[in-house]
Amino acid sequence: MTCSEFLAELDDLIDNSVTPTLRTDLELHLRECEHCVITLNTTRKTIEIYREHELYELPTALRERLQAAILAKCKHGC
Amino acid sequence: MGAPEEVHPDVALVERARGGDVHAFETLVKQYDRQVFRIAQHITQNREDAQDVVQDAFLKAYEKLDQFQGNSKFYTWLVRIAVNEALMRLRKRRTGKMVSIDEDVQTEEGSVPRDLAEWRPNPEQEYNQAELAEILRKTINGLPPGFRVVFVLRDVEGLSTEETATALGLSVPAVKSRLLRARLQLRERLSRYFRKKNEDGVQ
Repeated sequence: MTCSEFLAELDDLIDNSVTPTLRTDLELHLRECEHCVITLNTTRKTIEIYREHELYELPTALRERLQAAILAKCKHGC
Repeated sequence: MGAPEEVHPDVALVERARGGDVHAFETLVKQYDRQVFRIAQHITQNREDAQDVVQDAFLKAYEKLDQFQGNSKFYTWLVRIAVNEALMRLRKRRTGKMVSIDEDVQTEEGSVPRDLAEWRPNPEQEYNQAELAEILRKTINGLPPGFRVVFVLRDVEGLSTEETATALGLSVPAVKSRLLRARLQLRERLSRYFRKKNEDGVQ
Protein backbone atom coordinates (compact mmCIF):
# COMPACT_ATOMS: atom_id res chain seq x y z
CA MET A 1 0.00 0.00 0.00
CA THR A 2 1.31 3.46 -0.90
CA CYS A 3 0.88 6.59 1.22
CA SER A 4 -1.62 7.95 -1.32
CA GLU A 5 -3.68 4.79 -1.07
CA PHE A 6 -3.55 5.03 2.72
CA LEU A 7 -4.63 8.65 2.59
CA ALA A 8 -7.63 7.79 0.43
CA GLU A 9 -8.89 5.63 3.30
CA LEU A 10 -7.87 7.99 6.10
CA ASP A 11 -11.35 9.41 6.74
CA ASP A 12 -13.01 6.01 6.82
CA LEU A 13 -10.30 4.77 9.18
CA ILE A 14 -10.83 7.75 11.50
CA ASP A 15 -14.60 7.30 11.31
CA ASN A 16 -14.30 3.57 12.01
CA SER A 17 -16.01 2.55 8.82
CA VAL A 18 -13.47 0.28 7.18
CA THR A 19 -13.87 -3.45 6.66
CA PRO A 20 -11.72 -5.73 8.85
CA THR A 21 -9.63 -6.75 5.81
CA LEU A 22 -8.94 -3.16 4.85
CA ARG A 23 -8.14 -2.29 8.45
CA THR A 24 -5.50 -5.02 8.51
CA ASP A 25 -3.94 -3.61 5.32
CA LEU A 26 -3.97 -0.09 6.73
CA GLU A 27 -2.40 -1.21 9.99
CA LEU A 28 0.26 -3.05 8.04
CA HIS A 29 1.11 0.15 6.20
CA LEU A 30 1.23 2.08 9.48
CA ARG A 31 3.81 -0.33 10.86
CA GLU A 32 6.18 0.66 8.09
CA CYS A 33 5.36 4.31 7.56
CA GLU A 34 6.02 6.88 10.24
CA HIS A 35 4.68 9.69 8.04
CA CYS A 36 1.25 8.11 7.87
CA VAL A 37 1.27 7.43 11.62
CA ILE A 38 1.87 11.14 12.21
CA THR A 39 -0.80 12.11 9.68
CA LEU A 40 -3.33 9.80 11.33
CA ASN A 41 -2.55 10.90 14.89
CA THR A 42 -2.47 14.62 14.22
CA THR A 43 -5.60 14.53 12.05
CA ARG A 44 -7.44 12.70 14.83
CA LYS A 45 -6.19 15.29 17.29
CA THR A 46 -7.32 18.13 14.99
CA ILE A 47 -10.88 16.79 14.96
CA GLU A 48 -10.85 16.18 18.71
CA ILE A 49 -9.69 19.72 19.48
CA TYR A 50 -12.37 21.28 17.30
CA ARG A 51 -15.04 19.04 18.81
CA GLU A 52 -14.07 19.91 22.34
CA HIS A 53 -13.86 23.67 22.01
CA GLU A 54 -16.93 25.75 21.51
CA LEU A 55 -15.78 28.63 19.31
CA TYR A 56 -19.05 30.51 18.95
CA GLU A 57 -21.19 30.48 22.03
CA LEU A 58 -24.60 32.04 22.05
CA PRO A 59 -24.82 34.05 25.29
CA THR A 60 -27.96 33.33 27.34
CA ALA A 61 -29.36 36.87 27.17
CA LEU A 62 -28.98 37.05 23.40
CA ARG A 63 -30.36 33.55 23.03
CA GLU A 64 -33.48 34.42 24.99
CA ARG A 65 -33.96 37.58 22.94
CA LEU A 66 -33.69 35.65 19.69
CA GLN A 67 -36.10 32.98 20.90
CA ALA A 68 -38.64 35.60 21.99
CA ALA A 69 -38.39 37.39 18.64
CA ILE A 70 -38.86 34.17 16.67
CA LEU A 71 -41.84 32.99 18.71
CA ALA A 72 -43.54 36.39 18.70
CA LYS A 73 -43.47 36.34 14.91
CA CYS A 74 -44.73 32.76 14.79
CA LYS A 75 -47.66 33.60 17.05
CA HIS A 76 -48.66 36.47 14.82
CA GLY A 77 -48.37 34.43 11.69
CA CYS A 78 -44.90 35.01 10.35
CA MET B 1 -36.09 -8.40 8.89
CA GLY B 2 -34.77 -5.30 10.60
CA ALA B 3 -36.34 -3.74 13.65
CA PRO B 4 -39.13 -1.28 12.89
CA GLU B 5 -37.68 2.16 12.29
CA GLU B 6 -37.85 4.37 15.34
CA VAL B 7 -39.73 7.60 14.92
CA HIS B 8 -37.59 10.58 15.87
CA PRO B 9 -39.17 12.62 18.70
CA ASP B 10 -38.93 15.74 16.50
CA VAL B 11 -41.54 14.28 14.16
CA ALA B 12 -44.27 14.56 16.80
CA LEU B 13 -43.20 18.13 17.60
CA VAL B 14 -43.32 19.07 13.93
CA GLU B 15 -46.80 17.54 13.66
CA ARG B 16 -48.04 19.58 16.61
CA ALA B 17 -46.39 22.76 15.32
CA ARG B 18 -48.06 22.24 11.96
CA GLY B 19 -51.37 22.15 13.78
CA GLY B 20 -50.63 25.59 15.21
CA ASP B 21 -49.00 24.59 18.52
CA VAL B 22 -46.37 27.28 18.93
CA HIS B 23 -45.07 25.67 22.14
CA ALA B 24 -44.09 22.59 20.15
CA PHE B 25 -42.16 24.81 17.77
CA GLU B 26 -40.60 26.59 20.74
CA THR B 27 -39.20 23.25 21.89
CA LEU B 28 -37.59 22.78 18.48
CA VAL B 29 -36.14 26.30 18.56
CA LYS B 30 -34.63 25.74 22.01
CA GLN B 31 -33.27 22.41 20.92
CA TYR B 32 -31.39 23.68 17.87
CA ASP B 33 -30.81 27.43 18.12
CA ARG B 34 -27.26 27.10 19.44
CA GLN B 35 -26.27 24.72 16.66
CA VAL B 36 -27.82 26.95 13.99
CA PHE B 37 -25.98 29.94 15.44
CA ARG B 38 -22.63 28.10 15.40
CA ILE B 39 -23.09 26.93 11.83
CA ALA B 40 -24.18 30.39 10.70
CA GLN B 41 -21.24 32.03 12.45
CA HIS B 42 -18.82 29.58 10.84
CA ILE B 43 -20.19 30.39 7.40
CA THR B 44 -20.74 34.14 7.66
CA GLN B 45 -17.86 34.87 10.10
CA ASN B 46 -20.00 37.71 11.32
CA ARG B 47 -21.90 37.79 14.59
CA GLU B 48 -24.77 40.02 13.49
CA ASP B 49 -25.32 37.99 10.37
CA ALA B 50 -25.32 34.81 12.41
CA GLN B 51 -28.02 36.21 14.70
CA ASP B 52 -30.12 37.16 11.70
CA VAL B 53 -29.64 33.72 10.22
CA VAL B 54 -30.96 32.11 13.42
CA GLN B 55 -34.13 34.20 13.23
CA ASP B 56 -34.66 33.87 9.51
CA ALA B 57 -33.93 30.15 9.40
CA PHE B 58 -36.44 29.31 12.14
CA LEU B 59 -39.09 31.61 10.69
CA LYS B 60 -38.62 30.13 7.25
CA ALA B 61 -38.79 26.63 8.71
CA TYR B 62 -42.02 27.54 10.50
CA GLU B 63 -43.52 28.89 7.29
CA LYS B 64 -42.47 25.83 5.35
CA LEU B 65 -43.36 23.16 7.92
CA ASP B 66 -45.92 21.74 5.51
CA GLN B 67 -43.14 21.06 3.04
CA PHE B 68 -41.14 19.01 5.54
CA GLN B 69 -41.48 15.50 4.19
CA GLY B 70 -40.10 13.55 7.07
CA ASN B 71 -37.75 11.59 4.80
CA SER B 72 -34.84 13.39 6.45
CA LYS B 73 -34.49 14.46 10.07
CA PHE B 74 -36.02 17.80 11.00
CA TYR B 75 -32.57 19.00 12.12
CA THR B 76 -30.99 18.15 8.75
CA TRP B 77 -33.82 19.97 6.98
CA LEU B 78 -33.39 22.97 9.28
CA VAL B 79 -29.62 23.02 8.71
CA ARG B 80 -30.19 23.12 4.96
CA ILE B 81 -32.39 26.19 5.37
CA ALA B 82 -29.84 27.80 7.71
CA VAL B 83 -26.90 27.10 5.38
CA ASN B 84 -28.75 28.73 2.48
CA GLU B 85 -29.64 31.75 4.60
CA ALA B 86 -26.04 32.05 5.79
CA LEU B 87 -24.64 31.83 2.25
CA MET B 88 -27.08 34.52 1.16
CA ARG B 89 -25.83 36.84 3.93
CA LEU B 90 -22.24 36.11 3.00
CA ARG B 91 -22.95 36.98 -0.63
CA LYS B 92 -24.54 40.25 0.39
CA ARG B 93 -21.45 41.23 2.34
CA ARG B 94 -19.12 40.22 -0.42
CA THR B 95 -20.99 41.91 -3.23
CA GLY B 96 -19.52 41.10 -6.58
CA LYS B 97 -17.79 38.04 -5.27
CA MET B 98 -19.47 34.73 -5.92
CA VAL B 99 -19.88 32.68 -2.82
CA SER B 100 -21.12 29.18 -2.93
CA ILE B 101 -20.29 25.92 -1.34
CA ASP B 102 -19.26 24.75 -4.78
CA GLU B 103 -16.34 27.10 -5.03
CA ASP B 104 -12.72 26.27 -4.32
CA VAL B 105 -13.12 22.62 -4.97
CA GLN B 106 -9.97 22.01 -6.95
CA THR B 107 -8.27 19.35 -4.95
CA GLU B 108 -5.23 17.25 -5.35
CA GLU B 109 -6.74 13.91 -4.49
CA GLY B 110 -4.44 11.75 -2.51
CA SER B 111 -1.69 14.32 -2.24
CA VAL B 112 0.46 13.44 0.72
CA PRO B 113 0.71 16.09 3.45
CA ARG B 114 3.90 18.10 3.37
CA ASP B 115 4.25 19.37 6.90
CA LEU B 116 4.78 16.21 8.84
CA ALA B 117 6.20 17.16 12.18
CA GLU B 118 4.94 15.31 15.19
CA TRP B 119 2.91 17.32 17.69
CA ARG B 120 3.70 17.86 21.32
CA PRO B 121 1.57 15.79 23.70
CA ASN B 122 -1.63 17.72 24.54
CA PRO B 123 -0.39 20.78 22.65
CA GLU B 124 -3.62 22.68 23.23
CA GLN B 125 -2.86 22.86 26.94
CA GLU B 126 0.09 25.14 26.28
CA TYR B 127 -2.25 27.96 25.36
CA ASN B 128 -4.85 29.61 27.53
CA GLN B 129 -8.49 29.29 26.53
CA ALA B 130 -8.66 32.65 24.77
CA GLU B 131 -5.42 32.07 22.83
CA LEU B 132 -6.48 28.60 21.80
CA ALA B 133 -9.93 29.75 20.67
CA GLU B 134 -8.27 32.47 18.60
CA ILE B 135 -5.91 29.95 16.99
CA LEU B 136 -8.78 27.58 16.21
CA ARG B 137 -10.98 30.34 14.78
CA LYS B 138 -8.19 31.81 12.67
CA THR B 139 -7.25 28.40 11.36
CA ILE B 140 -10.74 27.27 10.38
CA ASN B 141 -11.60 30.66 8.91
CA GLY B 142 -8.68 30.23 6.54
CA LEU B 143 -10.40 27.29 4.85
CA PRO B 144 -12.49 27.86 1.71
CA PRO B 145 -16.21 28.09 2.71
CA GLY B 146 -17.03 24.87 0.87
CA PHE B 147 -14.54 22.92 2.97
CA ARG B 148 -15.26 24.77 6.20
CA VAL B 149 -18.98 24.04 6.19
CA VAL B 150 -18.45 20.34 5.49
CA PHE B 151 -15.96 20.04 8.37
CA VAL B 152 -18.28 21.92 10.74
CA LEU B 153 -21.36 19.86 9.94
CA ARG B 154 -19.58 16.54 9.88
CA ASP B 155 -16.94 16.82 12.59
CA VAL B 156 -18.14 19.59 14.90
CA GLU B 157 -21.91 19.15 14.76
CA GLY B 158 -21.75 15.39 14.28
CA LEU B 159 -23.96 14.94 11.21
CA SER B 160 -23.37 11.77 9.21
CA THR B 161 -21.88 11.95 5.72
CA GLU B 162 -25.34 11.35 4.22
CA GLU B 163 -26.97 14.01 6.41
CA THR B 164 -24.23 16.49 5.52
CA ALA B 165 -24.80 15.75 1.83
CA THR B 166 -28.56 16.28 2.23
CA ALA B 167 -28.10 19.49 4.22
CA LEU B 168 -25.72 20.95 1.64
CA GLY B 169 -27.34 19.58 -1.48
CA LEU B 170 -24.08 17.81 -2.38
CA SER B 171 -23.35 14.25 -3.40
CA VAL B 172 -21.86 11.86 -0.84
CA PRO B 173 -18.56 11.59 -2.79
CA ALA B 174 -18.33 15.40 -2.87
CA VAL B 175 -18.79 15.56 0.90
CA LYS B 176 -16.18 12.85 1.43
CA SER B 177 -13.64 14.54 -0.81
CA ARG B 178 -14.11 17.91 0.88
CA LEU B 179 -13.99 16.43 4.35
CA LEU B 180 -10.62 14.84 3.66
CA ARG B 181 -9.21 18.07 2.24
CA ALA B 182 -10.63 20.08 5.13
CA ARG B 183 -9.24 17.77 7.78
CA LEU B 184 -5.80 17.67 6.18
CA GLN B 185 -5.65 21.42 5.64
CA LEU B 186 -6.65 22.13 9.24
CA ARG B 187 -4.11 19.61 10.46
CA GLU B 188 -1.37 21.22 8.45
CA ARG B 189 -2.26 24.72 9.60
CA LEU B 190 -2.51 23.71 13.26
CA SER B 191 0.93 22.10 12.98
CA ARG B 192 2.44 25.57 13.03
CA TYR B 193 1.26 25.94 16.61
CA PHE B 194 1.34 22.41 17.91
CA ARG B 195 4.41 20.79 16.38
CA LYS B 196 7.29 19.57 18.49
CA LYS B 197 9.98 22.15 18.84
CA ASN B 198 13.55 21.46 17.77
CA GLU B 199 16.09 21.02 20.49
CA ASP B 200 17.19 24.64 20.26
CA GLY B 201 13.58 25.70 20.68
CA VAL B 202 13.17 26.98 17.13
CA GLN B 203 9.92 25.82 15.52
